[in-house]
Amino acid sequence: MSTPDTHTLEKELLEFLEGRTGTAWDADTDLFDAGGLSSLFAMQVVVHLEKTYAIAVRGADLRLDNFRTVRRMAELVARLQAPAGGQHG
Amino acid sequence: MRLKENPLTTAPYDDSPPRHALTVLGAGVMGVGITVLALGHGLPVHLVDVDRERLDRAADLIDGELRLAELMGALPAGTPLGALETGTSLKAAAGATAVVEAVTENAAIKAAVLSEVSGLVRPGTLLITNTSSIPVDELAGALERPEELVGTHFMNPPYLIGTAEVVRGARTGDHAMAAVAALLTALRRRAVTVRDAPGFVTSRILHPMINDAARVVEEGTATAEDVDALMQGCLGHPTGPLRTADLIGIDNLVDSLTVLHERTGDEGCRPAELLLRLVREGRLGRKSGRGFYDYT
Repeated sequence: MSTPDTHTLEKELLEFLEGRTGTAWDADTDLFDAGGLSSLFAMQVVVHLEKTYAIAVRGADLRLDNFRTVRRMAELVARLQAPAGGQHG
Repeated sequence: MRLKENPLTTAPYDDSPPRHALTVLGAGVMGVGITVLALGHGLPVHLVDVDRERLDRAADLIDGELRLAELMGALPAGTPLGALETGTSLKAAAGATAVVEAVTENAAIKAAVLSEVSGLVRPGTLLITNTSSIPVDELAGALERPEELVGTHFMNPPYLIGTAEVVRGARTGDHAMAAVAALLTALRRRAVTVRDAPGFVTSRILHPMINDAARVVEEGTATAEDVDALMQGCLGHPTGPLRTADLIGIDNLVDSLTVLHERTGDEGCRPAELLLRLVREGRLGRKSGRGFYDYT
């Protein structure tokens, strides 16, 4: 199985966030912790990820914990982009 | 989606209305938010607006906001979404257990809509006005049965804010108070009931503060970002007053301040020139993409 390069994803996401917020973030920073970004911004991030990486975030995946840090976002994108195991027998 | 039931197997006499069925009047920011709150808690909603295009836009906004509510863990697990219907006729209110009025913050418009609805609903139906500032009893005078009207002041977004201000007008009846309490329980909101007055508690305190924050920016004392940073960082305000203004909608804020100024005579409630200018320029806050901040 080919794993999408999460390091490249992280870099892209950090650039996106810096562009939108005017602040540089670390891949491990909790973006929505006190004094951080708003829940409304979180939803914009979800929509951005869906459009940019052609994924659909649904059901149990649609929870803030998956978007708290750039690292977790990259993991989610990589997982949703990867072909589902066992689907073709 | 549920399949239509075969009429031959449907039990006879099973035509009692659901426990709660809302009609929401006005597909603006608050009408949409209240609809999302109700649908997310499994309640069916009929959303009414005179503008068909606004209703179509509202349907998209509702989908997006339901996802936001889900993202934030704000909806009860395992509860199927309520069914949404939209339409341009107030007659839908006839089938509701409660009607929530969320039209423009203007006493004459609200009174006209509530008066018409009052003539359409079954007697005993809970009527709610989601006014942010107009005294409930002032609106109750337009109703056939003034005792059925209660004020609830939901904050935006209502599905993320757990507390709602409930306003009991001088003529509001016990039955309506019990009905609104049951509805807010079904919506998992904490109700704080206050007496009727212009702006009640939240708008009476918050709106002049936002107005002052706008004046501070207008006078060049600080930027909007710095005003919010100080109110957040030093005083613990969750978003800062000017981000809150953008969330409320600057046009609605000006309407609400005008209501307060007219009824209290408090000069602190006369809308700041900067707010009026933003409205003239169409910078209405989040809903228009730009206000004190840029959301595009």
